[in-house]
Amino acid sequence: MNPLLKNSVAIVGAAESDLGKVPGMSALELQAQATYRALQDSGLTLKDIDGVFAHTDDKMAAMLLSEYLNIKPRYMDSTNVGGMSNVLHIRHAIAAIAAGMCSVALITYGSTQLSSSTRKVGGAFDDPRSPAGQFVAPYGQLSPIGYYAMAANLHMHRYGTTSTQLAEVAVAARKWAQLNPLAYKKEPLSIDDVLNSPLIADPLHTRDICLVTDAGGAIILTTKERAKDLRRPPVYVMGIAESFSHHYTPFNVEDWLDTSVAETAQSAMDMAGVSRQDIDVVQIYDHFTIGVIQALEELGFCKRGEGGDFVSGGRLAPGGAFPINTSGGGLSYNHPGMFGMLLILEAVHQLRAEAGARQLSKAEIALVHAPGLVFSANSTMILGV
Amino acid sequence: MTIETRALPVATDLTRPFWLAAKEGKLVIQHCTSCNRNQFFPRPFCLQCLSPELEWIQSNGTGSIYTFTINRRGSDPYMNARVPYAVAMIELDEGVRLLANIVDSVLEQIQIGGRVHVTFEALTEHISLPQFRLTSEQTA
Repeated sequence: MNPLLKNSVAIVGAAESDLGKVPGMSALELQAQATYRALQDSGLTLKDIDGVFAHTDDKMAAMLLSEYLNIKPRYMDSTNVGGMSNVLHIRHAIAAIAAGMCSVALITYGSTQLSSSTRKVGGAFDDPRSPAGQFVAPYGQLSPIGYYAMAANLHMHRYGTTSTQLAEVAVAARKWAQLNPLAYKKEPLSIDDVLNSPLIADPLHTRDICLVTDAGGAIILTTKERAKDLRRPPVYVMGIAESFSHHYTPFNVEDWLDTSVAETAQSAMDMAGVSRQDIDVVQIYDHFTIGVIQALEELGFCKRGEGGDFVSGGRLAPGGAFPINTSGGGLSYNHPGMFGMLLILEAVHQLRAEAGARQLSKAEIALVHAPGLVFSANSTMILGV
Repeated sequence: MTIETRALPVATDLTRPFWLAAKEGKLVIQHCTSCNRNQFFPRPFCLQCLSPELEWIQSNGTGSIYTFTINRRGSDPYMNARVPYAVAMIELDEGVRLLANIVDSVLEQIQIGGRVHVTFEALTEHISLPQFRLTSEQTA
């Protein structure tokens, strides 16, 4: 993205909806609740919002939310590219604000996948004529689980990565969750507990796989000029990048362990003018334990093939040499179908030094990395205060 | 209500030759007569050179396992009754990849790089699914 847009907008409001299991609320109501809290956080009102970016299971989510909150936006975007969608919305909002198409952007997500049991383990292959409908669905592939299980097998085959190393990621996440009052899973979790949890798709066990919870969230973005006068310290978007590869049929991806993460990481860091050594806070979408190991390698925090060693010995956990995913992540905090919003919110909490017992001692620059669908898309964002 | 039938593909005009061939026990892929590349899954033109001159060629049905997983949970009630089952990304010797189950094979013997050959599983009167089994020297 144009480097002149570095720090051009800031996150000025940020809030979670109720989390965990919220049986009495709809996904829309979770978004409205999070929006209310984000507005309270920022000091702005509904009347200030003129751009709406939203996604839920509804394809026209931004219209649904705008109708519900009686917002008449000048710009809207309901793009859904899987878990990273809200990161994509931030990038699109920066462009829209720069182009004068809106000035205060509301970005939301909400899901009641736990309470409404709408999670489809088989994936969203609704059209039997689509490529995935014809060439994936008949084979009983779990999606996304099966694809990441296949990537894990490939990683193990190529680099000798072990199930114990994968389990390290889940154990570290649980230790962070134990410091987070809003975490869904807090009971102690050992390496053996992960290894002894039922296999779902080899080599991934139940505890290698993210939670299914209800949750929502909202953030409000506006120009750096306007951000200065608001209630909370602005969290600037220093750099951001996205890339796309495929939908649910990755037959043409040459190397499943090289999924264009490196490009988005470099592009975002170039825009921000920072290097890896400058980054204090790392939030990586942990849908699966293997995903974190693979992302650490592709992001360049360790060499290719060394991710298993890199995460071992509790290095990702509280007190470890490379603390990441301080909320407890999708593995232990909450995972409402698409975790991107909660990943962003945790980075904001760290940068605003409001993360309580899990607060990192130095938190001035954060990297957020999220993929979408089955390593189908990638987004990397650098935030700073 | 649960779905007790297998998820079935529905052919389009473009993909119908693939499914008709499969019913006859043949695995076919698209071949570009302009630039000589093969492609899968089917598209209306060559993604490399944009030529619409694509022909269907029969794969010799052999390849190797790029990667795989063993499902302990099925994607739907029909597949749930068939766990554990293997899903593999197959790299055909013609250079394209496709997804399939590894059938009629010992699951513990499936490995990345393992050689496989095509077989066909009749699902309905009209649909036969290309599947793969481990080649015999590996199972010996």
